[in-house]
Amino acid sequence: MNNSTKIEELKNISSQVRRDIVRMVHKVQSGHPGGSLGCTDFFVSLFFHVMKKNPSFKMEGGNEDIFFLSNGHISPVFYSVLARSGYFDIKELDSFRKLNSRLQGHPATHEKLPGVRVASGSLGQGLSVAIGAAITKKLNNDKNLVYVLLGDGELQEGQIWEALMFAAHNKVDNIIATIDYNGQQIDGQVDEVNSLLNLKDKLESFGWKVIESDGNDFNSILNIMNEAKKNLNNGYPVINIMKTIMGKGVDFMENSHKWHGIPPNDEQLSEALSQLEETLGDY
Amino acid sequence: MERKEYTYTEKKDTRSGFGDGLYEIGKKNKNVVALCADLTGSLKMNQFKSDFPERFFQVGIAEANMMGIAAGMTIGGKIPYTGTFANFSTGRVYDQIRQSIAYSGKNVKICASHAGITLGEDGATHQILEDIGMMKMLPGMTVINPCDYNQTKLATIAIADHIGPVYLRFGRPKWPIFTKENENFIIGQAIKFIEGRDVSIFATGHMLWQALEAEKSLYKMGISSEVINVHTIKPLDKNTILKSAKKTGHVVSCEEHNVIGGLGESISRLLSENNPCPMKIIGVNDTFGESGKPLDLLEKYKLDPNTIKKAVIDLINNK
Repeated sequence: MNNSTKIEELKNISSQVRRDIVRMVHKVQSGHPGGSLGCTDFFVSLFFHVMKKNPSFKMEGGNEDIFFLSNGHISPVFYSVLARSGYFDIKELDSFRKLNSRLQGHPATHEKLPGVRVASGSLGQGLSVAIGAAITKKLNNDKNLVYVLLGDGELQEGQIWEALMFAAHNKVDNIIATIDYNGQQIDGQVDEVNSLLNLKDKLESFGWKVIESDGNDFNSILNIMNEAKKNLNNGYPVINIMKTIMGKGVDFMENSHKWHGIPPNDEQLSEALSQLEETLGDY
Repeated sequence: MERKEYTYTEKKDTRSGFGDGLYEIGKKNKNVVALCADLTGSLKMNQFKSDFPERFFQVGIAEANMMGIAAGMTIGGKIPYTGTFANFSTGRVYDQIRQSIAYSGKNVKICASHAGITLGEDGATHQILEDIGMMKMLPGMTVINPCDYNQTKLATIAIADHIGPVYLRFGRPKWPIFTKENENFIIGQAIKFIEGRDVSIFATGHMLWQALEAEKSLYKMGISSEVINVHTIKPLDKNTILKSAKKTGHVVSCEEHNVIGGLGESISRLLSENNPCPMKIIGVNDTFGESGKPLDLLEKYKLDPNTIKKAVIDLINNK
């Protein structure tokens, strides 16, 4: 399959995943659509192309790439992509945030949802966990990789910087971290709340190889993941600053922090779905 | 069961029991890994570090990161033992333990030295007296506070075979060794040290020795005390505790911890639901500690044998 055919396929999946996201959040009138829509293309690329994965889920994750979501509030995109890539039945997406569901508001292992390896939601913890898993892969002589996604606002948590220091110092070079750089957080723009200033310089000075990409452009995502992989096993960890548009794909949600954690009403749902083609069949 | 008087010939710190136990289990079980936050010497982890350098991880002064890394390392089958002071093992990293370890059901062994007031001269910033409470409130967390060097070593080895998160609490001061090296240590199973009929004394950690000392002078006064070591605060050995309380009808609990949130509180909940009886809780009375020598601190904060003895007498005299 050539690249443009692959990208067409990924685009189709993304459209369906975005429909899943707005429908899930609308159904229970709670959840986080903005960041989920922004990261959809990245998740689809990872789970349908980039990662070596095993949908017959084992917590141990030996001989496969493993993924951690640190900014757990974008659970809708995580759940949709897990279901669409075969970890569990897409019908289960209907149980999102409801009583007795495996699809908790924020991802959890407690209900044993396939594909989730650690609880997240309280921010700042996922990078440390991913680094731990990467070290275990090395100890086990497992050559596969660890991927982790972080939010940009989340970088305000101190533990992130402890983890960044540790990974470089200990040459954890089998991990690809990605920052969802949408510039928004609950109370407004990251730059206004507590600016990251020159993030690239900061990360480089912490000893990471920094690469940059456009998280809403499949060519950019696939190229950057190739470049990231080429940089691995060189004695340094790799981090991808990935620009995304919060709310991407639904015009009235784009670029606004107001859609961080607000569900669409009935009218807004119809409007959103009219912009997103049903490519694989709704759940 | 004949009354036995416990004596000792040697004193050793319980943290050394941890260090030696960690080394033992590290030799046997290659999945055991150790993490430390810049306190390798204080936690007595040196031998593990020098013999198994590929399984030892120095994380620096970054305890939150250490807990997260430990949680991640379990994915793929490692059994991480984290080592730092009790204060930095609990209060400082409560949310990391809660979300990444306890709620996520990760097989991490949180090993905490310098617990309680007997840390001594460093003072209240380091003397945590709330850690048992914080840890026992986490669903799925096992909480163990061994009483001497031998028991700490045995507990350190035993927790490797227990699947699930564990909080293992031990201390800094040199303390009498009065248990056997080859004792059978079973998580969650309290140990009867002395059989008695008038009062049940339940003690954990360093306070077991204080209870045994109190028993000696009570015995001379004709009061027969049953002394039981509750090394595992969670899960609590309900059967042993209830059986003894039913027999004696009077209960005293002893711990080097705040009276709020510790062993005494767990026992009183058990008794009030199943077998209400007069009880006194010996512990630090909802205050912070201060600098001083361990034995002086134990006396000032009413964690000494005399205080236990007085509590028993008051209880029996219905005061």
